[in-house]
Amino acid sequence: MTTHVATDEKNYLQEGHTLASWLLTKDHKRIAVLYLISVSFFFFVGSIAAMMVRLELTSPRGTLMSNETYNKAFSAHGVVMVFFFLVVAIPAIFGNFLIPMQIGARDLAFPRLNLLSWYFYMAGGIMFLIAMMSGGVDAGWTFYTPMSSIYSNGQITLALVGAFVVGFSSIFTGVNFIATIHKMRAPGMTWWRLPLFVWGHYATSLIVILGTPVVAITLLLVVFERVAKIGIFSPELGGDPVLFQHMFWFYSHPAVYIMVLPGMAVISEIMACFSRNKVFGYHFVALSSLGIAALSFIVWGHHMFVSSQSMYQGIFFSFTSFLVAVPSAIKVFNWSLTMYKGSVWLASPMIYALGFLGLFTVGGMTGLYLASVGTDVHVTGTYFVVAHFHYVMVGGTLLAFLGALHFWWPKFFGRMYPEGVAKWNALLVFIGFNLTFLPQFVVGWLGMPRRYHYYYFAPEFQVYHVMSTLGASALAVSLIVPAFYLTYSLFKGPKSPPNPWAARGLEWEAAASPPIKHNFHGVPVVVGDVYDYDAEAEELALRGMTKEEA
Amino acid sequence: MNFPFAPEQASNFAVEYDTLFYLITGFTVLTTLFVFVLCLGLIIKYKRGSGKPEDRRNPMHHNTIIEIASSGGFLSIGLFIFVWGAKMFLDMRQPPANAMEINVIGKRWMWHAQHDNGVRENNELHVPVGVPVKLTMISQDVIHSFYVPQFRVQFMVVPGRYTQMWFTPTKAGKYNLFCAMHCGTQHSEMGGYVYALEPKDFAKWKETGGNRFQPKPELPAAAGKQLYDDFMCGSCHTEKDNQRAPSLYGLYGRQRQFTDGSTMVADNDYIRQSLLAPEGKINKGYESMMQPYSFTEEQILELIEYIKTLGTPIPTQVAGGAQ
Amino acid sequence: MISLKKMNQPQDTVYEQFEDLAQQQETYVLGMWSFLVTEVMFFGVMFMSYIVYRWKYQPYFYALHKELDWRIGGINTAILLASSFSVALAVHYHQKKKKMNVLMCLGFTNLCAISFIVIKLLFEYIPKWNHGHYPGPGFSWDNPYVPSHIAQLWFSLYFGTTGLHGLHVLIGVILFSVLMYLIAVDHPSISDYLPTEMLGLYWHFVDIVWIFLYPLYYLMPK
Repeated sequence: MTTHVATDEKNYLQEGHTLASWLLTKDHKRIAVLYLISVSFFFFVGSIAAMMVRLELTSPRGTLMSNETYNKAFSAHGVVMVFFFLVVAIPAIFGNFLIPMQIGARDLAFPRLNLLSWYFYMAGGIMFLIAMMSGGVDAGWTFYTPMSSIYSNGQITLALVGAFVVGFSSIFTGVNFIATIHKMRAPGMTWWRLPLFVWGHYATSLIVILGTPVVAITLLLVVFERVAKIGIFSPELGGDPVLFQHMFWFYSHPAVYIMVLPGMAVISEIMACFSRNKVFGYHFVALSSLGIAALSFIVWGHHMFVSSQSMYQGIFFSFTSFLVAVPSAIKVFNWSLTMYKGSVWLASPMIYALGFLGLFTVGGMTGLYLASVGTDVHVTGTYFVVAHFHYVMVGGTLLAFLGALHFWWPKFFGRMYPEGVAKWNALLVFIGFNLTFLPQFVVGWLGMPRRYHYYYFAPEFQVYHVMSTLGASALAVSLIVPAFYLTYSLFKGPKSPPNPWAARGLEWEAAASPPIKHNFHGVPVVVGDVYDYDAEAEELALRGMTKEEA
Repeated sequence: MNFPFAPEQASNFAVEYDTLFYLITGFTVLTTLFVFVLCLGLIIKYKRGSGKPEDRRNPMHHNTIIEIASSGGFLSIGLFIFVWGAKMFLDMRQPPANAMEINVIGKRWMWHAQHDNGVRENNELHVPVGVPVKLTMISQDVIHSFYVPQFRVQFMVVPGRYTQMWFTPTKAGKYNLFCAMHCGTQHSEMGGYVYALEPKDFAKWKETGGNRFQPKPELPAAAGKQLYDDFMCGSCHTEKDNQRAPSLYGLYGRQRQFTDGSTMVADNDYIRQSLLAPEGKINKGYESMMQPYSFTEEQILELIEYIKTLGTPIPTQVAGGAQ
Repeated sequence: MISLKKMNQPQDTVYEQFEDLAQQQETYVLGMWSFLVTEVMFFGVMFMSYIVYRWKYQPYFYALHKELDWRIGGINTAILLASSFSVALAVHYHQKKKKMNVLMCLGFTNLCAISFIVIKLLFEYIPKWNHGHYPGPGFSWDNPYVPSHIAQLWFSLYFGTTGLHGLHVLIGVILFSVLMYLIAVDHPSISDYLPTEMLGLYWHFVDIVWIFLYPLYYLMPK
C-alpha cells in the first residue's frame, strides 16, 4: 500500500468552523460526526426511558408512574433505541466515515444524498420527540394493529410518520453504500481484499434496501387507517391484523441483522488488529454475512409462532431459523480463533470485542429456545425474549459500538483518551450488562410477560427485577463515564499518532489522523492482502514510520 | 423472599417441555463455556508482551475442515432441537377429539369464559384435572394472548377469527393467567387465575358456577336457537336441502364443496365467515342469495353452538331450559 | 444565447469523488437501480395485501371489480405505454445531443403523464367520491350482496395502490418539468444524457407497476 502522511495540512475538522460548514457539508466524515452527535443524543433519551422502566419495576405494584406513563416509557425506549439508535448507529457513523476510507475513495458515491439522509434522520427524530412530549405513544415499538390503528390514544400518527421518514434515511444510506462499494474501490482493492467491515456493511445495505420500504409503507398504511379510516388491516372491515405482523416482521427480523451485522463488522476489524492476525477464515466470515442477509428474509415468521399463523408455517420458519443460526455460530468461532498464534493486545477496544463475543454467544444460543417452535410457545412474549434480544442488541450492537468508538476515536479526532479508565470501564459494562439481563432470563422462564407494569399477582418475580435494576444502574454509570472521558479527550487528550494501534488497512496506513478532506493524497493503490499483519510492519507503525520510509 | 427457579409443572405438556428446555440450556451453557475457555486460553497463550518471543511461523488463517465440521456439528444439534420442538408444537396445536370445549372471549381488559352448560366466568377459568380442555378463543377488540405459564401454553386471541389451544391439567391448584400481548393501558392487569380442580370438585363447581356468577338463564345453544328463530334462518335453511339453501342439519364438521370447486370442513371459522360474508363460500349447486348479517361475537358463538346441535336429537336439558 | 437546436455542453462534469466519467455514470445507474429495488418493495406490500384479500374474498372482489370501467383503465394503459416509448426516445436523442427532439419527447411524455392523472381523477376518483365510494365513516353502499365492510376493504386497496401509483406519476410530472427546464436553459448540472436516462428508468418502473395494476383491478376473471 502506498502511503503519504503529511502532518502540516488541514484535516477535515479544520476545513471550516462555521455552523454552516457543518450543516451543509458534503464530506462523509463530517456527516458521520453529525450522526455521532445526534445518535448519542437519542441514545441518551432512550436510556432515560429505560431507567424509568427499570426503576418502576422494582416494586410489584409500581410506585412512580401510572399505567399510561409506564406504557409510554417502554414504548419510547423501544422506538428510540430501535429506530434512532440501533439501526442507525454503526452504519451511519462508522460506516459513513470508514467505508470510503477503507476502499480508498475520496467520498461516498452520493454526498448530497448522504447529507439528506442525516436531515431525514433528524426530521424523523424530531417528529418522534414531539410525539413523545405532546401525548406520547403507548403501543410499543411493534405498533401491532388494531391496537395502534384503532384503539390507542396518543400521538401514534406523528410517531409513525417519524418512523416512516427515518426509514428513508436508512434507504438513502443503503443505496449510497451499495453504489460506493461496487463502483468506487481503489485500484487493486478486489472484493476479496475488502476488509470485513465493508463486507458486513454491504450485506447490511442489501437488507436495508430490500426490507425498509416494506415496513415504511406498512406503517404508512397504519397511519392511513388512523387518519382516513382506510383499512387494510382492520378486522372491522374483514381485514387481517395478522397481515400487519407479517409485513412488520418481514422488515423487522432482517432489521435485527441490520443492527447486528455492522456490529459484527466492527468486531472483525478489532479482533484482527488486536490479535495482530488475519481474521480466521476470512472468506467464511465474509460469505456468512451474505448468507445471513439472504436467510434473514425467510425467518420472520418465528416472531409469530403463536400469532395464529398456520401450524405448518410455524414449522417452516422454525427450520429456517435454525439455518440462520449457523453463519452466526461460524463467526463466533472464527473470531475466537483469530487470536490463535496471534499477539493479543488487551486494549480497551479489544475488551469490548471480547465482551461482545461472550454476550453475543449467550444471545445467539438463547435464540435457539425461541427458534424451536415448541419451546417458543411458553417463553414468547415474556422477559425471556426481552433478555434474549438485549443480549444480542445491547451485548452485540452496543458493545460493538463502544468498541468502534474507542478503536476509531483517534482516527475521528486525532486525540487519545485515558486508556486505563477505558479498560476498567469496559469491564464494568460487561458486568453491569450481565447483572441486568441474566435475571430477566429466569423471570421470563417463570412466566413474567413483557410490557407488564404490575406483577403483584406473582410477587416471587420481584427479587429478579430488583437484581436487574441494580445491574441497570451499574450499566448506566458505565455508559456515562465514557461520555465524560471522551469529551475530555477532545480538548485535553494527548495528540494521537496517525496509527496508534499499528493497524493495517487503508484508513490507518494511507491517511492521517484525523484525515484530510479528500482522505488521501492521490489514489491509493492496494497491492497486499487484507489484514496482512506482521511483526515488522507493527514495529514500524508504532514508531510512526512506514516501510517505504524505513 | 424466595428464589423460584422454575415454574410449576401442571399440565400434560410441562414435563416434555421442560426436558427440551433444560436440554437446550445445557447446550447453551456448554457452548458459552467453550467459547469462554477457548478465548481465555488463547488470550493467556498469545498475550502480547508476555516475555515469550512471538512465534509467527506456520500461521493458520483458515481451515476449511474446522469450518465445515463446526458448522455441521452445530447444525445437526440444531436440527435435533428443531425436530423435537416441532413435534411438541404439533401436539400442542392439535387437540384430541374428546376434549372438553370452553369458549373464551378476550376484551380490553378482561377474559370472559363460557362453559357449555351456560356458566360464565370473568378473569378466572375453572378446569378439571386429567381432562383435555380445548379453548376456542376470539377477541372483541385488539390482539391478546392467553398465557398460563404453569401449563406451558400460550396462544394469541385475535379479532376476526377463532384461535384454539388445548391442555390437560395434571395437578390441582391455582395458576396464573396472563395476557401476554400488549393490549393497552391496563395490559398488566388483564389476567387472573386458572383453577385446576379434581374432576369431582369441578363437576360440583360447574353445577353452580361456583356460586360466584349467576349463569345466564339459558344454554348457549338455546340462545342460539332463539337467534335462529328471530332471524328466521329456518325459512331458507330447512331440515333438508332445498332449492334456496342447503340444510344446516349435520353441517358442523362436514366437508363442504363450493361453487369454485374448493372444499372445506365446516368449522367455527367457516360458520362465522358465512354469517358475516356469505358470498365467500357458496355451496356447490346454489345461487348466492343470502345477505350478510352482523352479529356480535357472543351471538355468533351461540349460533355455532346451536348449529352443532342440529342433526342429532336436541338434548332434553336444552328443551327443558336451564338448571 | 440559448439555442434550441443543439446542446450547449462544453464538457462533461465529473464530480470530485469520482475518477472519471465512466465511473460516475456507472455509479449513478447502479444507484438508480438500487433505488428502484426499494420501489419494488414498496409496491410489493400493496400487491401482497391484494393477493391475501383476493384469495380470501374472490367472489366479492369479482363483483367489486365491476365498479371499475376497464375501458378507462385501458386508455390509461395505452397512454402510459406511449409515454414510456417517448421517454426511451428522449434518451436516444439526448445521447445524440439533439436538444429539440429531447424536449419534444419529454414534453410528450409529460403530456401523457398529465392526461393519465386527469383521466384518473375525472372519470374514476371524483365519480367514486361523489357516490360515497371511499372507505371511512362516510362510506355509502347499496349492493346487498357485497357486505359493506368488504367493499370498504376493496376500495381501501384500490385507492391505496392506485393512489401510491398516482403519486409516483405526479412526482414524474414534476421531475420531467424540472428536467425539461434545465435542458432548455442548458443548465450546467445537465452535463450528459444521464439525468434523462435515470428519469427514464424511473418512468419505466412507474409504467410497469401500472401494467400489473391494470389486470389485477380492472380485468378480473370470475
